[in-house]
Amino acid sequence: MFFQQLINGIALGSTYALIALGYTMVYGIITLINFAHGEIYMVGAFVGLFATAILKVNFFVAMLIAMVVCMLLGMFIERIAYRPLRKSSRLSALISAIGVSIFLSTLAQMLFGANAKGYPEGVFPVKQITIGSAEISTLQLLIIAISAVLMISLEFIVHKTKIGKAMRATSEDYNTAALMGINVNMVISFTFALGSALAAAGGVLVGLLFNAVSFNMGLMAGLKAFAAAVLGGIGSIPGAMLGGLLLGVTEVAGVAFGFSSYRDAIAFAILVLVLLVKPTGLLGRKIQKKV
Amino acid sequence: MGDFLQQLIGYINPYYLQIIVNIGIGIILALGLNVVTGLTGQLSLGHAAFMSIGAFTSAVLTIKFGMPFSLNLLLTGFITAGVAALIGLPILRLTGDYLAICTLGFAEIVKVVFLNLDVTNKALGLSVPAANTTIPMPVVVWVVVLLTIVCVTFIHNSRFGRALMAVRGDEIAAEAMGINVTRYKVQSFALGAFIAGVGGGLYAHFMGYINPSDFGFLKSVDILSMVVLGGLGSITGSVIGATILSAAPEFLRFMANYRMLVYGGLLVCMMIFRPNGLMGGTSFTDMVLRALGRKPRLKIIMEQKKSEISRPGNGDT
Repeated sequence: MFFQQLINGIALGSTYALIALGYTMVYGIITLINFAHGEIYMVGAFVGLFATAILKVNFFVAMLIAMVVCMLLGMFIERIAYRPLRKSSRLSALISAIGVSIFLSTLAQMLFGANAKGYPEGVFPVKQITIGSAEISTLQLLIIAISAVLMISLEFIVHKTKIGKAMRATSEDYNTAALMGINVNMVISFTFALGSALAAAGGVLVGLLFNAVSFNMGLMAGLKAFAAAVLGGIGSIPGAMLGGLLLGVTEVAGVAFGFSSYRDAIAFAILVLVLLVKPTGLLGRKIQKKV
Repeated sequence: MGDFLQQLIGYINPYYLQIIVNIGIGIILALGLNVVTGLTGQLSLGHAAFMSIGAFTSAVLTIKFGMPFSLNLLLTGFITAGVAALIGLPILRLTGDYLAICTLGFAEIVKVVFLNLDVTNKALGLSVPAANTTIPMPVVVWVVVLLTIVCVTFIHNSRFGRALMAVRGDEIAAEAMGINVTRYKVQSFALGAFIAGVGGGLYAHFMGYINPSDFGFLKSVDILSMVVLGGLGSITGSVIGATILSAAPEFLRFMANYRMLVYGGLLVCMMIFRPNGLMGGTSFTDMVLRALGRKPRLKIIMEQKKSEISRPGNGDT
């Protein structure tokens, strides 16, 4: 029972973590809460659906297509809606992000209708594996495996490549990074691309897990992933992973203990409690007050 | 008096009347949030929660006690402010985006709790009986709007308001000047909630039906957009922003399905072309004074201290 719920929680949590990474990376670099991120995740799920149902491609190819499309979408949104606001107040950029979010979800509703759609059957053959007392589906294992691979490659990109170094420098200090000859615009675009690709992967996996893709799936998932990012300490990549997993596990545990009607509140209750004890999140850097 | 007003209201097309009342309620809510976010600089993404608390409190007061409406609204306001103070005391220690996400989380929790309580009729929502007053609702709403504008204007120019602006400008400096930052933050939070609660009460009785899901994240975002669009900290701005955004969905109605699409695009465009809001860094009195050829006062407190909450990490190094 415990093991079973733990696996369920980790599978759900890794999808939260995938979305949360995008929030945290964008925040780390330009301190913007990118509210359109949940919508990118939704678009990713739809592109995956389109690719498997109409183009009839393999599941993994579909996920790659979704990731590439969302990468371009993320860079495009940054170029159109955020870059002109880089020098103005943070709240303006926030409202702009909310505008993009409303735009995308309405567009999806118009294009695909208000009903939830499922992935075609047999896209990924689901088998149940019994380990001890727990029944684990191959789908859950796939989700955990793909998330792990993506997160490890992200860590690699951020810590071992030149562009990753540029990203870290930019998030440390935007202006100094620019003075050191880093093309900050390019770095920011790249960050949006990376985050969006991860969100798209999360969208395809969740679409497969719940077998439901709808125009408004981005809102709640986005808010929860944002909560996960803050829980782990916003701006911190390992924090986002930890936060996502923690939220997923507690949410599943809450439902298992019979609080299913409070499901959506559990994540936020944990968040508020943790922030009260540790105001910068679990792995967040201390904010130094400058006088 | 009541009959006369009722008759007067009868001349207005009910559809327009509804838009007018919606604008009024929008203005009340925007002014409330403007105290918290515009004046004190504390970003709140959960203002709709206070509206929700107000709406349900007021509805229950009418249903269970049949309380006179004026008393009802006042009590609703105080209860909402009490809840806000209780919540504010711990969470206002957080700063910036951590506070924002906390208010957002609080709003979601309120929504889910109301969706599960018996007194709020769970997910079915509550039918609200007519308010216990002879004065028609549209008149009540607009009287409250005027009262709110007057009160908020007084607060802006009072010692209290200046203390809040000092907190917005720089918390550490404000503290060094002997301002009890936490106390003022909680007070402004409670004041904003009071106004939101009253707005919620009016909304409940005007609509006649309320559902916890009506006061979700999107509602909070709506209110925040009004304040930011109008220009943070500007009362005239909040009024204009609320008017435009409350009326926009109606004027865009001819586009039917494209309505929300255009609304989203509009938000982006307005922010790009007018990043500090329509009335950012200026005020109505100044515009009048300037039109008369006189100098504005103090260049509006040093241009609202370059307005907004400053960007941490970037820019200030």
